Amino acid sequence: MTVRNLIGLVAVALAITAATPAAGAADRYITLASTTSTDNSGLFDAILPRFEAATGIAVRVVAVGTGQALRLAERGDADVLFVHHRPSEEAFVAAGYGVERFDIMYNDFVIVGPTADPAGIVGLGDAAAALRRIAAAGALFASRGDDSGTHKKERSLWQAAGIDPAAHSGAWYRETGSGMGATLNTAAALDAYALTDRGTWISFNNKAGLALQVEGDPRLFNQYGVILVNPARHPHVKAADGQALIDWLRSAAGQAAIGEFRIAGERLFTPNAAD
Amino acid sequence: MHDLSEALGTAAWLILSLDRDLIEIVSLSLRVSLTAVAVAALIGLPIAGALALSRFFGRTVVLSGLNALMGLPPVVVGLFLYLMFSRSGPLGALGLLFTPTAMIAAQVLLIVPIIAALGRQVIEDLWADLGEQLRSFGARRRQAIGTLLWEGRLALLTVVLAGFGRASAEVGAVMIVGGNIDHVTRVMTTAIALETSKGNLSLAMGLGLVLMTLSLIVNGGAFVLQNAARRRSGG
Repeated sequence: MTVRNLIGLVAVALAITAATPAAGAADRYITLASTTSTDNSGLFDAILPRFEAATGIAVRVVAVGTGQALRLAERGDADVLFVHHRPSEEAFVAAGYGVERFDIMYNDFVIVGPTADPAGIVGLGDAAAALRRIAAAGALFASRGDDSGTHKKERSLWQAAGIDPAAHSGAWYRETGSGMGATLNTAAALDAYALTDRGTWISFNNKAGLALQVEGDPRLFNQYGVILVNPARHPHVKAADGQALIDWLRSAAGQAAIGEFRIAGERLFTPNAAD
Repeated sequence: MHDLSEALGTAAWLILSLDRDLIEIVSLSLRVSLTAVAVAALIGLPIAGALALSRFFGRTVVLSGLNALMGLPPVVVGLFLYLMFSRSGPLGALGLLFTPTAMIAAQVLLIVPIIAALGRQVIEDLWADLGEQLRSFGARRRQAIGTLLWEGRLALLTVVLAGFGRASAEVGAVMIVGGNIDHVTRVMTTAIALETSKGNLSLAMGLGLVLMTLSLIVNGGAFVLQNAARRRSGG
């Protein structure tokens, strides 16, 4: 084979790869800014195909932390926002970035930690008391540190406990500045405690020496809400198709799909749009 | 050790079973990175030639700057392009955010400095050897650059491969401008990051092994190409 032939071959291969459209790239789609906790659990893979089958609208999910998802939507880089920090969501709508906020589903946060439990928190029903014990013991705690919904919740719990963990950052308080899964990987490697949403915890596959230790505190409630990005602010927003997704998520069919989603027999999210 | 052997098994299974998702991710990775390399070569090689043959005030500063740009952090490139392509950014109207095109643009920005800086060195060395001859033929600068690029094509292929290596291995930029959307902008590196965050460590490592195999095939192909060309030119 001559050099020219080879170069020709490479050029043809290049042209083919460049010309091939990405499979599944439907013409009609909306962009959904959501959180790693919903996407990593596999919820969207389970329910969104049903929405697409019913409406012909494909949903492109960009999964980031709640803080970043809000920023994306504020800048008009998504059509619909699906996150879990009610105060931020209400501020988002109040500032005119979103049309209206709707409840969709909930689960709860749990505190996980090393099975040796150096802070002695297993079985506590009071999350703030558990955090106080972790701080008193100086036991390692892995925080998201990324302004996500989970991180916002964690900070409010520390506040309830009357402790400023930032003062101990780098000592026993470790801010990973990354997603839920990455933070759980860190906690598993360090034998550290961590706050996580139950969905990510159930679907997480590298639990190593970690176990669920604190649950059931009403303060650990985790509500998810959905908002259409305001087309008055960002005219390119696909308002009709975005609204179709919101309507479907709130409909009997959408709510049933969420309720039916299970991993290892456990239900990850409880639909509550009707409440 | 158990995790690593499991990763090896996963990688073998992914390849042998011709997993559909994997094929889609691999072809998108190749499409994005090969296109980026081709575009970057078209931009970077002429810059390399021009810099090699020109002498101007402040040239040292420009060359140092170019060399420094080889270490451009991908996440910074990603952030810069995100702000450009965002609907609220100057190029927002194009609607390119979260598309393969945006990912190609990011990789082009990352590897143009590599191709220009390394290529400049190759061409400058060649110019030292052939410059006298070319000048005696009365070649204009543009013709000289063309000749040098052709004469140096084998060494420049290695330069382009260095660019490809950088493009196919980076995750920071394509994660931000692509959004890692399943079936749309998910490539090998963002898939690896995703599986790691799900705690699927052996699957993530298995994907990593597939990526390395791919890189090996591309580089092996280039090696064969170089050898064939050398033999043909009797070198």
